[in-house]
Amino acid sequence: MAENAKRNNKHLLKRMSRQWQLYVLLMIPLAFALLFKYGAMIGLVAAFQDYKVVKGFWDSKWVGFEVFRKIFSMKNFGLAVRNTLLLNLLTLLFNFPMPIILALLLNEVKNVVYKKVTQTLLYLPHFLSFVIIGAIAYQMFGVNSGVVNNLIEHLGGQRIPFLQEDMHWLFTYVLVNVWQSMGWGSIIYLAAIAGVNPELYEAATIDGANRFHKIIYVTLPCIKSTAVTLLIMNLGKVMGGSFESVYALRNAATTEFTTTIPVLIYQFGIMGGKFSESTAMGLFQSVVGVVLVLVSDFAAKKLGEEGLI
Amino acid sequence: MDKSGRIISSNVSSKIASMLIYLFIGLAALTCVIPFIHILAKSVSEEAYVIANKVFLWPKGFDLDAYRKVLGDASIIRSFFVSVVITVIFTVIGMLITLCAAYPLSRKNLIGRKGITMLCMITMYFSGGMIPEYLLVNSLGMLDTIWSLVLPLAFSAYNLLIMKTSLQTSIPESLLESAYLDGASEFCILGRIIIPLSKPIIATLTLFYAVGRWNAYSDALFYIKKNVDLRPLQLKLYNLVIASTESIQDTVEGAAQLTNPEVLKAASVIFATVPIICIYPFIQKYFVQGTMIGSVKE
Repeated sequence: MAENAKRNNKHLLKRMSRQWQLYVLLMIPLAFALLFKYGAMIGLVAAFQDYKVVKGFWDSKWVGFEVFRKIFSMKNFGLAVRNTLLLNLLTLLFNFPMPIILALLLNEVKNVVYKKVTQTLLYLPHFLSFVIIGAIAYQMFGVNSGVVNNLIEHLGGQRIPFLQEDMHWLFTYVLVNVWQSMGWGSIIYLAAIAGVNPELYEAATIDGANRFHKIIYVTLPCIKSTAVTLLIMNLGKVMGGSFESVYALRNAATTEFTTTIPVLIYQFGIMGGKFSESTAMGLFQSVVGVVLVLVSDFAAKKLGEEGLI
Repeated sequence: MDKSGRIISSNVSSKIASMLIYLFIGLAALTCVIPFIHILAKSVSEEAYVIANKVFLWPKGFDLDAYRKVLGDASIIRSFFVSVVITVIFTVIGMLITLCAAYPLSRKNLIGRKGITMLCMITMYFSGGMIPEYLLVNSLGMLDTIWSLVLPLAFSAYNLLIMKTSLQTSIPESLLESAYLDGASEFCILGRIIIPLSKPIIATLTLFYAVGRWNAYSDALFYIKKNVDLRPLQLKLYNLVIASTESIQDTVEGAAQLTNPEVLKAASVIFATVPIICIYPFIQKYFVQGTMIGSVKE
């Protein structure tokens, strides 16, 4: 009995010494997270202050929710919120199913060379920066010299202002974004499909299932949790992001949908030096984003999925 | 009779389905390469043909002058090297962070694992945002320095999550237990077992970090303001091609002999894209393998 306890103690000590090593490893990433992620959050107090750079956070005057009252009454901010949601939701609407469809189809391509070549090409746009994507978009969809418009004119149609008119810009933005990310997005589903137990397919074959049946009854259920998790992650981002992609495609002619929250924050804060207002806008965006994640996570768990948190 | 007929018809419909699948995939793949070929063709064409919208997929009036100008522009070349340097430093630091975080957090018996994981994952959904991060970089004195492009983004909760998940699924518990029995330290296990067994996922995440850094331009737009020599290539390209706030040095003087900016834009785009295109087919196999289940059998 005593010997047993002694052995357990020794075991625990050994375990703890090893854990100590694990904590040493964790120090580097935690230092970065604490300084650059959590450290930055200190700056959020500027949203509740009349922040002046020369005074800093300590000496700037606290104004409570005055800054929020101010930004909520700004017409531009309301527009920016709408645009952020609109662009992200429209993009997600197509960006969510496209990679799944692509992965399912790619999985049916049995010719190894064909599969490899098409995959390589489909992944390519993900590797290009939004600057290059923007440049390509103007080269393809420009009114005066874009190839697509040259083609349309050649076929007897009218030139379309894909990037120079608001509604068309919206369409082009979604198209370009889906085009850019669908191939890369399919990788994660292909990996999930590759992880499906082959015995399930064999069993399905014995039960007389054809290819379509196998997709519906074997593959899809097996990648369902991947899909739900990704959907949750993307729904959490529906209020965020979209600076680089929007900024690289916007122009003077289309201002209706291109002023998203990050673009407005950039114009207000970094270009205009109005740090309190722009911080408040960012905080609003983050808080709504977190609420969205929590809600979708809750929904996923209710549906019997693993969720994220 | 009836049965064999059904089999034949299902074979035929299966063949048709296959053809449609191949066609769809092929078309989707073509949309990813045609724009690029088009811009390549433009970049080596004569400006007159480009202005007249005559160039589609094949250059007209072959002319490499645009590339001579792009490669002759000192600030473009400098931007290229800035991008290379920050990409290398950023990737090394990022991978170090990811490995050092993912391995401990993949150990199920680590005390405080849940809390630390939560601490890391929260940053994925809640961040200070653009302005607080800008103010932090400013107060650290990193504005207009290379570090503003290297340090703030090096911790990536997303990459950490991928690495952690990969370790949990691909490294068998029994392997670690036998290493413990042999008296191996955690550092030893990380260096001798985890890293060698995780080469595909390490390659994948290295690629994520490197490509992400190479392509990003917003932080440079925010942080590099006065020290224009530190502008990475993408920001330079943004100013040249999209915002048109800058011109390639050579072109300003000889405005008469010059040249459709479209050709120069196309050449700049190709110049910025070629490094990525050259590298990625060789690494591509890693991210397919990387997500697969590890090779060690239980």
